[in-house]
Amino acid sequence: MIAYLVRRILGMILLLFLLTISVFVLFNILPGDPARLTCGRACTPATIEANRHRLGLDEPVMTQYVKFVTGIFAGRTFSPDSPQPIKCNAPCLGYSFNRHEQVMSLIARAAPVTFFLAVGAFILWLTAGISLGIVAALRRGRWPDRVIMTVSMIGYSLPSFFIGLVLIFFVIIQWKLLPFPNYVPPWENPFQFFQTMLLPWIVLATLNAAFYMRLTRNQVLEVFGDDYVRTARAKGLPERTVVVKHALRAGLTPIVTAAGLDLAYLLGGAIISENIFSLPGLGSLAVNSVTDSDLPLITGITLLTATIIIVANLVVDLLYAVVDPRVRIT
Amino acid sequence: MTATGGTADRPFLTVNNLAVAFPTEDGLVRAVDGVSLSVEKGKTLAIVGESGSGKSVTAQAIMGLVNRKAAKVTGEIWLDGQELVGLPQNEVQELMGSEIAMIFQDPMSSLHPFYRIGDQIAEAIRAHRKVSAAAARKETMEMLRHVGIPAVERRIDAYPHQLSGGMRQRVMIAMALINSPQLLIADEPTTALDVTVQAQILELISKLQGDFGTTVIMITHDLGIVADVADDVAVMYGGRIVEVASTKALYAQPEMPYTLGLLSSIPRMDRKLPERLDPIRGNPPSPINLPKGCVFQPRCNYWERVPDGACKTVRPDLLESDPDHFVRCLLKPEERQQISRDVQQVLAGSPQ
Repeated sequence: MIAYLVRRILGMILLLFLLTISVFVLFNILPGDPARLTCGRACTPATIEANRHRLGLDEPVMTQYVKFVTGIFAGRTFSPDSPQPIKCNAPCLGYSFNRHEQVMSLIARAAPVTFFLAVGAFILWLTAGISLGIVAALRRGRWPDRVIMTVSMIGYSLPSFFIGLVLIFFVIIQWKLLPFPNYVPPWENPFQFFQTMLLPWIVLATLNAAFYMRLTRNQVLEVFGDDYVRTARAKGLPERTVVVKHALRAGLTPIVTAAGLDLAYLLGGAIISENIFSLPGLGSLAVNSVTDSDLPLITGITLLTATIIIVANLVVDLLYAVVDPRVRIT
Repeated sequence: MTATGGTADRPFLTVNNLAVAFPTEDGLVRAVDGVSLSVEKGKTLAIVGESGSGKSVTAQAIMGLVNRKAAKVTGEIWLDGQELVGLPQNEVQELMGSEIAMIFQDPMSSLHPFYRIGDQIAEAIRAHRKVSAAAARKETMEMLRHVGIPAVERRIDAYPHQLSGGMRQRVMIAMALINSPQLLIADEPTTALDVTVQAQILELISKLQGDFGTTVIMITHDLGIVADVADDVAVMYGGRIVEVASTKALYAQPEMPYTLGLLSSIPRMDRKLPERLDPIRGNPPSPINLPKGCVFQPRCNYWERVPDGACKTVRPDLLESDPDHFVRCLLKPEERQQISRDVQQVLAGSPQ
């Protein structure tokens, strides 16, 4: 167990290391000059060069990379020879000169928004997807099954920006059921928080809910044909026990663990939903950083997202060993 | 042993004209059609047949495991004076696992992979009797010991995948017998096991049958094990019983050509060496589209001996050939017995 964890964590570190290199190399060979973007139209070559030096972009890529990695572990200081050096404490993912702010604090501000968005949508889609999937399986071939499968097909085919715009148009503009989204943290104004998040949650959950309905239905139907479910019946157990304790326990385990990965994917930022509802989350931040060619910010967000997904993978694997006794961690 | 249903003093289990049909898009699948049999208390009846003969569906119908929404079950099943067909679901549930229990072919897939074996057995106890968890565990432990599981204190908390195939089947047997059922249905209990383990499991079932006075129905396609364990044998083909007799009588003189075919396709040590195995040619009939006449006619070697091609048009009845030996065949009894003697002589390798 310990050996397994050590091995996995070492693998994670190696993976992240390779990732930083590829992100760094990729952005350095891309066209476009970050130094040129630091000042406006009336920019003299001298200012650009001064800024280039201030950003540390005049150094070789290798040196830049080493400084970047050092910053993560030990912190660093930007433009140390200028009158106002910028101190960046570990873990320092860099400094966004476009936004005049440290990448870490930009991310720290956006991450909670994305976190609440993702977790709320996760709860919603798991609840709807799994419960309706079970109902469809138990009523296979009859009207509840047909209705649920049709709804799932529709939900699966609609692009989320379309659902989002339709919801905004009707719920907010036409019927005025909700105010225009304006994000506040839940601890400041829980009511406004819910009002703002409700539609994004629905939009984000729709696609996955539709997918999980089908997944659950198939999984449950498959498990119902399994021999151990027949054994449970042959014991004379009540049908409820047969379904819940024997069939669902086995059928839903892989679904719930797989859902962990889907959640991790969302935690990296829900680009479309965040943009439609102008939520200041990681997804919006990522899009903006790309349009601004904000290299430090792009690198930071990429690293963070990758870390979340890699860690989630590990957690899901560990979780699987907890819920399925056949899985041994060695 | 009678093949037609009991009347005055009814045997312990009597099945009368049992039919199980599954409506499908391709038509009505008559998996079991007009099966009648009976077993006396404490005896073992073997139901033999190849895949698709309807033997497992017969067993599941007796057990009450046939999905009522998917299948139509008609006929009568009398267990110890109680009619089982048409019993409400909750009463069937009460009987399952307490009065009638079943063990299945593949013990690995039949045990739930996520629960400890002790808990799975204790669950069967507590489904039918109000006992404390501690008492159920104690009883489970005794039963596991009884079925020959070593180091029970440790094994009771094992998961199925941690046990060998033979041990798993012992666990299944323990689970089936935990509530001392009157009737045990064993559906190919040894098919998934090694040959050496097969013998142990059969021995165990026989021993427990003696200990508990259980009546056993053994479903199998293996005529080799039938001879060792069964008092009576019913041979099924195409959803029907085609021959039924005491084990002794059936092995001494199998009369139905299908039974003959089954017996001659068993590899035997006493057979003359260069002889090839003699399989039954062709495949079992589709239960949707059964032959109009005798269901075995398309594969039968002897149907041309019956005048007017009657085998192609007339459905034979299950008739008494010798006392307590019933055969479903249009051949004359003398002719059948002659064929049977000839075939057995060939098998034994002696000159004809």
